[in-house]
Amino acid sequence: MIENHMTIMLVVLPMLAAPLIALLPSKNLSWGLAILTATLQLYLAVNVLLDVQGGTAIHYELGGWAPPWGISYRLDSLNGLMALLVCLINFVCLLYAKASIEAEIPGRKLGLFYATWQLVVTGLLGIVLTGDIFNLFVFLEISSLSTYALIGMGRQRQALMAAFQYLLSGTLGASFFLIGVGLCYAATGTLNMQDLASQIGQSDQPMTLYSGFAFLFTGLLLKAAIYPLHAWLPNVYQFSPQAVSALLSATSTKVALYVVVRCLLDVFGVEFSLSRLFADLLLLAGSLAILFGSLRAIQQTDLKRLLAYSSIAQLGYSVVGLGLLTVTGLSGALVHLFNHGITKAALFMGAGMLALGPGTTLLTRLAGGTHRPWLLLLFLTGGLSLIGFPGTVGFISKWMLALAAIEQGHWWLLVVILLGSLLAILYVWKFIETLYFVPQNPPETSTGPVPGRGMWLACGLLCLAIVYFGLDTRFTLGVAMDAARQLLGVHP
Amino acid sequence: MSWLMWIMLTPLLTMALVWLLERWPNLREAASLAGGLSLFMLCLWGWRHELHLSNETLILAEPLPGLTLSLALEPLGLMFALMASSLWLVTTCYAIGYMRAHHEKQQTRFYSCFALAIASLMGLILAADLLTLFLFYELLTLSTYPLVTHSGDEQAKASGRRYLGLLMGTSISLLLPAILLVWYLSGSVSFVAGGLLADRLSPFWTGMLYLMFLLGIGKAALMPLHAWLPAAMVAPTPVSALLHAVAVVKAGVFSILKISLFIFGPVQLQQALVQEWLIWFPALTILLASFVAISKDNLKERLAYSTISQLSYIVLGVMLANQLGMLGASLHILMHGFAKISLFFAAGAILVTTHKTRVSELAGMGRRMPFTFVVFTLGSLSIIGLPLFGGMWSKWYLALGSIEARHWLLLAILMVSSLLNIYYLLIIPVQAFFSQSSQRSTVREAPWPCLLGMAAPSAICLLLFWMPEPFIRLIQSGLNLAFANTGG
Repeated sequence: MIENHMTIMLVVLPMLAAPLIALLPSKNLSWGLAILTATLQLYLAVNVLLDVQGGTAIHYELGGWAPPWGISYRLDSLNGLMALLVCLINFVCLLYAKASIEAEIPGRKLGLFYATWQLVVTGLLGIVLTGDIFNLFVFLEISSLSTYALIGMGRQRQALMAAFQYLLSGTLGASFFLIGVGLCYAATGTLNMQDLASQIGQSDQPMTLYSGFAFLFTGLLLKAAIYPLHAWLPNVYQFSPQAVSALLSATSTKVALYVVVRCLLDVFGVEFSLSRLFADLLLLAGSLAILFGSLRAIQQTDLKRLLAYSSIAQLGYSVVGLGLLTVTGLSGALVHLFNHGITKAALFMGAGMLALGPGTTLLTRLAGGTHRPWLLLLFLTGGLSLIGFPGTVGFISKWMLALAAIEQGHWWLLVVILLGSLLAILYVWKFIETLYFVPQNPPETSTGPVPGRGMWLACGLLCLAIVYFGLDTRFTLGVAMDAARQLLGVHP
Repeated sequence: MSWLMWIMLTPLLTMALVWLLERWPNLREAASLAGGLSLFMLCLWGWRHELHLSNETLILAEPLPGLTLSLALEPLGLMFALMASSLWLVTTCYAIGYMRAHHEKQQTRFYSCFALAIASLMGLILAADLLTLFLFYELLTLSTYPLVTHSGDEQAKASGRRYLGLLMGTSISLLLPAILLVWYLSGSVSFVAGGLLADRLSPFWTGMLYLMFLLGIGKAALMPLHAWLPAAMVAPTPVSALLHAVAVVKAGVFSILKISLFIFGPVQLQQALVQEWLIWFPALTILLASFVAISKDNLKERLAYSTISQLSYIVLGVMLANQLGMLGASLHILMHGFAKISLFFAAGAILVTTHKTRVSELAGMGRRMPFTFVVFTLGSLSIIGLPLFGGMWSKWYLALGSIEARHWLLLAILMVSSLLNIYYLLIIPVQAFFSQSSQRSTVREAPWPCLLGMAAPSAICLLLFWMPEPFIRLIQSGLNLAFANTGG
């Protein structure tokens, strides 16, 4: 009985937990329930992913209504991997959040904080799992609205401005998406993704579909912060509470990019959406993102902002992989979503630990990595993964993408990918060097709170994952390959 | 557990011990020495039991299907490992005297990074495929970064940037895509006797790919990518000695040697493009670096440029791609290692006792520090390649190799370079012994661990002249393996 409902439980659990958490009287109880939910979800996510390994899919009809009338959930390798990423990051970030958030947010708001957090997770998982495009929009709004609230809780006043900026961009993106969905509905008369996919070839209103397609993607690319629609991202990542930066950097843009992949390849299909022109546009946008993001990252003086620009660059890699339209490229892009997710979460957590004392992440105020060699090791592991150092997850995804570029004869793309790595050395070394050397006049060592055990545990887990999945990719890359083959209709 | 595993673990365990024993400096240094000794013993044990002929391969991990991280021992690697482990022991001994006399800070970090660098070096030596080689190549860069920037001042930071930027930059922008191309062309990156790519590439593309490897391996310090080596001389002298005369730079040329033998294969390298054109990279580096060395007044910098020039001997021998040239190149890894480390130790001894870094200040010092300058003389003579010193044999075979390849101009370059060596190296002890010093000072010899560390490599230089056969036989067995499959 429960087995049949595992998929939907992933979404329902945090939705039910949210109000309970808000009502619980103490912050420890709230956190306890949150982490309990997260643990259950992680267990469920691993289980469903094991079920769909090898190319099968799970279908779940909500309330027993058969699609295309009812809402259906469909789980295959692609969203199985994304669900695992969201659940894993959610679990680790909550582990980290307790000590980190209590230092940033007044105690009475903590219950609400964890409740909102659960809503974000509900939204993200809903987006990932649903097979209905309007339902997807609903979850998009759930996650976005609660995200604005989370960002606004940042310690600095700029957090409010960042939240407002994101609200504007996010609403714009969501409206575009909704208009797109509406036009598609007008042209085909269905909202179920699979049904939509089968109707698209036969529709007699191609112009309506094309405009729908255009609106849909503009909206999604805005949500995914794909260059040049990235403007909201740096502020959000910089000013959010530490744990929220880690959560968002690893999940929200990744999930939006997942929707792009799903809609492009599954719903609209390669023939309809990816004419060579559009694919080339993706390659171009991805390459520009890699170069622009890396160059801007080098200029930053704030650690979290530097990491944010690096995120823009790293998203570019996934876009490039998508634009290549080969199994190697696409699996590289998908595995990069996962790999970069864990890498960037680890780095933002590290930044959060550094900020505990001085309350800022300005590079000039950060020092004393030498007193905490483990923290230095964390930054080194994460940074090397950003560069694409062998033995880390970053190497795997860049290896796949570079190989895909060579296979397709896109030599300029190989150059861009390598250039991205070279620029990454520069910005990674910028913070490693700051942390490593003892400054001439050390900044006043404030007696702020020291990182708690949960924070160390969370970072340690992610670092281990960075190295482990860099050496043993049977699981991550295997799932990504399955997904890529399914999406492109290639049979092994 | 296999021998290969122990070779990797010994330096790592040493590093852990050094870290744990931070509070007891004597025990900490004892642990370092013990680590060096056990690694050397392990290598000797492996030699005695002829593990290099056993074909055992140890697979550590398999990140992608077919793309493995694997270790194996072959004769050339064993030769390098023997040299590196013996010199680790000697250098540790020297470093104890040097670091204490110099009152250096952060000595625990120093010894633990040292051990980590040796572990990376062992991984590079044992690498059985390109990916493993690349991984340990990069780890070697990273683990030596704290050593290069040991003093932590602005100059060290700037040098560290140059060191890391050049080495990592070239390896990521050229070495990594070269490896990718090998993988794309052959579906494998393993080292194969006779060459993985043999008969798969046209001469032109062979040359291009070889150029990518040649420039991608910045550690070989071919001009124009040599600038990191003089910059790295800001490191404490034991680091310069072991890492920048032996381990790091030799890791670079050793990588080129292995890639030439086991990825391209000697037959493919004898094609026109490599032999006619690319060979001028090392040939010109030999000459130019010698000329720059003459102009340098800073002793360590002069030695650095001498190293750059000598490294290109090895690359040149490899690119001759015949048995004699390869033999000369491999022997030169060994001979130059022992000779150059003597020179660096002598330079460090001078620095630690007199705080003098310039060649021009050393006139007349020979009478106050006779032992140090005798060591310097012995090292110089071996580098020049005179009889009675091991350095003769490698030059002998390199010259024979260039004769066999009918490269008369290269032969001339080798000879001219020896003359230049005499000029810029031998002049230092000559001035020290035979000219008068203007200043009076009460300088004595360096602390005894330093002297002990200096004596060993220069004695080995002498010894190697009389008994080079064991090593020649070892190298021959390795080369036979590589040349056998090609009929060349």
